[in-house]
Amino acid sequence: MSPDTWSAIALTARLAAWSTACLLLLGTPLAWALARGRGAWKPVVGALVALPLVLPPTVLGFYLLLLLGPQGPGGQLTAALGLGRLPFTFAGLVVASVLYSLPFVVQPLQQAFEAIPESVLEAAATLRAGPLDRFLHVALPLARPGFLTAAVLAFAHTVGEFGVVLMIGGNIPGQTRVLSVALYDQVEAGDFGAAHQLAGGLLLFSLALLLSLQWLRRRGGPAAAAGAGAGVI
Amino acid sequence: MDAPRCPPMIHARLRLPRPGFTLDVDLRLPGHGVTAVFGPSGCGKTSLLRALAGLERAQGRVALLDGGPEGPEGPRGPDGQSEDVWQDDALGAWRPVHQRPLGLVTQDAGLLPHLSVRDNLAFGRRRSATGLSPAALDEWIAHLGLGGLLDRRPHTLSGGERQRVAIARALATGPRLLLMDEPLAALDAARKADVLPLLEQLAARLPLPVLYVTHAMDEVARLARHLVLMEQGRVVAEGPLTEVLTRPGLAPRLGAREDTGVVLEGRVAGQAPEDGLVRVACPGGELWVGVRAGAGLAAPVRVRVLARDVSVTLSAHADTSILNVLPVQLEAIEAEGTTWLLRLRLDGPGSDAPACLLARITRRSGETLGLHTGQRLYAQLKGAALM
Repeated sequence: MSPDTWSAIALTARLAAWSTACLLLLGTPLAWALARGRGAWKPVVGALVALPLVLPPTVLGFYLLLLLGPQGPGGQLTAALGLGRLPFTFAGLVVASVLYSLPFVVQPLQQAFEAIPESVLEAAATLRAGPLDRFLHVALPLARPGFLTAAVLAFAHTVGEFGVVLMIGGNIPGQTRVLSVALYDQVEAGDFGAAHQLAGGLLLFSLALLLSLQWLRRRGGPAAAAGAGAGVI
Repeated sequence: MDAPRCPPMIHARLRLPRPGFTLDVDLRLPGHGVTAVFGPSGCGKTSLLRALAGLERAQGRVALLDGGPEGPEGPRGPDGQSEDVWQDDALGAWRPVHQRPLGLVTQDAGLLPHLSVRDNLAFGRRRSATGLSPAALDEWIAHLGLGGLLDRRPHTLSGGERQRVAIARALATGPRLLLMDEPLAALDAARKADVLPLLEQLAARLPLPVLYVTHAMDEVARLARHLVLMEQGRVVAEGPLTEVLTRPGLAPRLGAREDTGVVLEGRVAGQAPEDGLVRVACPGGELWVGVRAGAGLAAPVRVRVLARDVSVTLSAHADTSILNVLPVQLEAIEAEGTTWLLRLRLDGPGSDAPACLLARITRRSGETLGLHTGQRLYAQLKGAALM
């Protein structure tokens, strides 16, 4: 494979790793609030989080481009903070990927949190555990299978994205040119040999990832299955 | 102690609307011994317990009154006792569950599924300022027979084992109040028979008040000193168990018809091991009852006598197979359709504290005998059980 392809693979891996980390950090409190909250905001937030599931990625990318662009409020904010402009940078790709893959993290986590019986959390409260203590030492360990599912899905989904990346990141080698975009270029250029290598590799990688998820689920037993994102895949 | 100490007490004035009824109680409960909260399902007894624990946000006030006048610092109650206020809406005071020094044992035990038994026991103990010392916890572990289970996960335990772990775990925090919500309801008869004697020993040993929610009269009869009878979210009757059980008019509310009966408190006055019997001196007379472990000479025991096991005669018969015949006075007759429920006051020797029996007979026999209140009769006890 050409150095260009290798650089695209490395960039994609880096993007997926960063996105997965950000998604777990952001998605965990969000999923907890959605699982335990009772307010009128809950269905609205739930719908917003699920939006990327049905929206064409280009729509999301288009709005992000406007939002984070020089004229957009987001762009003015990042400029004021000294972060520069995000579109066509790696950081911009991470922001877009996080939004795009949010439901793939929030939904399995939410289901894992909802599967924890209220009585267990109440018992922890009567054992002097405060809210944060209960979250860290009861909810998180019990939701562990959900975290595995969420992390695997977040990583795989980020690796597989195309439309959002193209809109917000463009096609800058070494900076924003990820696997799926590189593949598109190769096909455009008629280089089917290289395209085969990349497409086949991606196919095998995704299959292996999902197989390992199935295996982890089976090993985790019924509790893990409840936490696995049945609503997503 | 030089200064006279008031008995400790729990005060709960709580109001909580629920679907179907409104919990509305104002209770002052003894600060020691087991208080049973009894009533049909859906009467609000679990809501009461949850509101006390702070798991439900009811309106009102919850406070533990120490046996003042000396006690830990804190506001003084109306009688100069020191108070530990858990909730007082008039003062805007609310302590969340995890800051209340209580232990809770529920029907499903609520063990933390990701922790071993050992770690379940340690969870609350480590977090509680009043947690037991490892040595004190080891004593409970031995007492509740948990020694062999410490490395097991909750899902590998039987129902009875889970309840025992839950009890030890609650006690390990060194609570000032133990709340038990139908701890035996999820167990089959055999498991229940395993755990009930343990609870009984616990009730005798525990230095703290226990609130015990149940709809099983046999558990009440064995464990409780004090009884709160609830219906539709309200307290129908409340007082010492032996007294409430014989209070006129309450029989239909005290559980199934065949469970109507009384509990007599007495001491073992004699033993006849060759017959498998012990003689129990109760207020109002002595009874022969089947022997049971732990009923050594002079031990305090309770005897349960069911109304269906008591019949009356006008004169004392010597020629009867029935061992226990006691002189009584007929205090009241409650008509229940074709049967009568008789309230019989024991007036044999040692009857300074009034104690009563209940007898259920057919209306026909009552009328044939010409029974009327004030009459002196003999009660024949076909059955009486050491609790």
